[in-house]
Amino acid sequence: MTEYIVLSAILFTIGSIGVLTRRNAIVVFMCVELMLNACNLAFIAFARQHGNLDGQIAAFFVMVVAAAEVVVGLAIIMTIFRTRRSASVDDVSLLKF
Amino acid sequence: MNALTALTLKASETTIPVVSPSDADGPFTLLWLIIALPLLGAAVLLLGGRYTDKWGHLLGTATSATSFVISLVLFVTLLGRDEGERQISQHLYDWIEAGGLHIGLDLLYDPLSALFLLLITGVGSLIHVYSIGYMAHDPRRRRFFAYLNLFVAAMLMLILSENYVGLFLGWEGVGLASYLLIGFWQHKPSAAAAAKKAFVINRVGDMGLGLAIFLMIVTFGTTSFSGISAMSGGATETTLNWIGVLLLVGACGKSAQVPLQAWLLDAMEGPTPVSALIHAATMVTAGVYLITRSNFVFELAPTAQTAVVIVATVTLLWGAIIGCAKDDIKKGLAGSTMSQIGYMMLGAGLGVAGYAFAIFHLLTHGFFKANMFLGAGSVMHAMDDDVDMRHYGALNKMLPVTFLTFAMGYLAIIGFPGFSGFWSKDKIIETALVENPVVGVCALLGAGVTGFYMTRMMLMTFFTDKRWEKDVHPHESPKVMTIPLIVLAALSVLGGLMLAGNWIVDWLSPVVGHAEHHEPPVPVIVLTLLTVAVVAVGVALAWFLVGRQEVPRTAPADVSFATKAARADLYGDAINEGLVVAPGKATVSGLTAGDRSIVDGLFTGGTTVLAGTGELLRRLQNGYVRSYALGILGGALLLVLTLVVVN
Repeated sequence: MTEYIVLSAILFTIGSIGVLTRRNAIVVFMCVELMLNACNLAFIAFARQHGNLDGQIAAFFVMVVAAAEVVVGLAIIMTIFRTRRSASVDDVSLLKF
Repeated sequence: MNALTALTLKASETTIPVVSPSDADGPFTLLWLIIALPLLGAAVLLLGGRYTDKWGHLLGTATSATSFVISLVLFVTLLGRDEGERQISQHLYDWIEAGGLHIGLDLLYDPLSALFLLLITGVGSLIHVYSIGYMAHDPRRRRFFAYLNLFVAAMLMLILSENYVGLFLGWEGVGLASYLLIGFWQHKPSAAAAAKKAFVINRVGDMGLGLAIFLMIVTFGTTSFSGISAMSGGATETTLNWIGVLLLVGACGKSAQVPLQAWLLDAMEGPTPVSALIHAATMVTAGVYLITRSNFVFELAPTAQTAVVIVATVTLLWGAIIGCAKDDIKKGLAGSTMSQIGYMMLGAGLGVAGYAFAIFHLLTHGFFKANMFLGAGSVMHAMDDDVDMRHYGALNKMLPVTFLTFAMGYLAIIGFPGFSGFWSKDKIIETALVENPVVGVCALLGAGVTGFYMTRMMLMTFFTDKRWEKDVHPHESPKVMTIPLIVLAALSVLGGLMLAGNWIVDWLSPVVGHAEHHEPPVPVIVLTLLTVAVVAVGVALAWFLVGRQEVPRTAPADVSFATKAARADLYGDAINEGLVVAPGKATVSGLTAGDRSIVDGLFTGGTTVLAGTGELLRRLQNGYVRSYALGILGGALLLVLTLVVVN
């Protein structure tokens, strides 16, 4: 049981460090997916431990939301790339004070 | 027990006549008409506009004259009544009904208001007649008569009202009419400024009268003369002193007494008939009327009475000194008016012994001063509206009627034996000497100074060398102007008859009380001779200083400090400026600055802090997605840590 949770924590940490440090929007996006799946792993591990289906249902919801998010996110990234010829998140910083 | 006896003794010593009028019957039901007629005249002339231009002056004169006829009829009827039945009141309608306070529009006709009615409508009508000639060439003559009628109506309201609130209505009405008439030639900035000055200084006095009325309502619950005269014995002396002093403030404003005297000299900017009617004969004497009418307050308020005497003594010398140095004939007469009203106030301040003489002097002064002002107007008429006496000289041959009538007024005011002013002023000086020697000597000195400045005026105008320009052709005024002069001159000579057989004292005693006669320290004849001697010294001095020397056409500049001070109205304006206007302005600008910095600062300060904080915080919105992500992570960690700690 502990192993699953530790793995989930490691994956989540890797994902969050990736989001914070990488500039390429695609990589950042993949790191976000990594974090979501780390959460899914934790959900399922806990569901298994408690012997009910709540965690599994939550994992399905996360997957659906993640799929929808990918569709919208990739579309945004593609549009940005088309106009700017770059996928760096730091380049897109016009919306500020 | 002893205390009780002392109280009853005190009460019986000061017998204050209680005003207890009977309802109007017979001819006295016409009382309201005396006020209504001039008021109607003013309304018709003001609303009728230029349609009434042709006959407006005739209507104005007719309403005033009709009021005079009614006053005369009522006076004769009153003469025929017994002394106890000479107070008549007429209730017009309930004016103010507020809880326990009932104020009606009541009129009171008694010996005092009867004399005033005759003076106001009589002299008023003569001045209306005179104005027909004097204002003949003024395109706004109809408006002038409308204002004159308005003034007469307000003045009649003032003296006929049976309570202080009605009196206040008239009081404000004459103030308004005075303002309109001083500034009648409003195209002259000096006239507009003088009108404003008179109005503002009068407001200070009106505030005093207003506060006195409030205090009466609080103390007595009524403002009627009958109510207060019956109850004044029950109030504390402090309260009565306050009421008295506040009434005195009101009287000072209206009657141009020190320290509210500064407006009267500037008020001479108005047309001369206005100066004669309002600023000599009637309105400015309203203060004397107020104090005489309020005898039931002042008799029980010794401090207030002393204040009246002090103010009066200062003013009678103040005005006389100003009169000595003025080259403007109207301003000289204005200084003299101030001084003569000082005499009247002195008489009124001396209490029961003096009220009747104050009113006596008021009446004779009304005659001779109106006469001299109209005479001065006639001289100005002849000299193309020049008022500088240094441009006159030797006019006695050119203007014989004006000269002779002016001379009657002159002899009356200096107190030449036999003329009206002699009887009235002499009585006040005599009473003052009995009551207080210092005040009496001041009054005696004032009489000497009066002799000096009036002789100076007389000599500079009608005698000495002629100093007018070649293109000025002095001519006698038309009959419509000279006839009022002749009538007033006759009254100036004969006015003293009112004292024959002590008539006026007995006549007024139901209103002001009857005084025990105190013998003066020296025989009356010695006092009279002394007064005449002092006046003679003043006249002789004027003869040596003015009559025997050549009068320069322009006023010499190298004069003594006293002359300079008198020319500047004894620095009355400078005193007002320094004591009231400048500190007032400084206070206002200080308060404005405080309002801007402190009060406004409290409000704008809060918003400034909020705006500054916002300015700092908006820097967080830097546009970098990754820094937002760090923020979210930090927030999530904080949340988790908090949960861990709390649990």
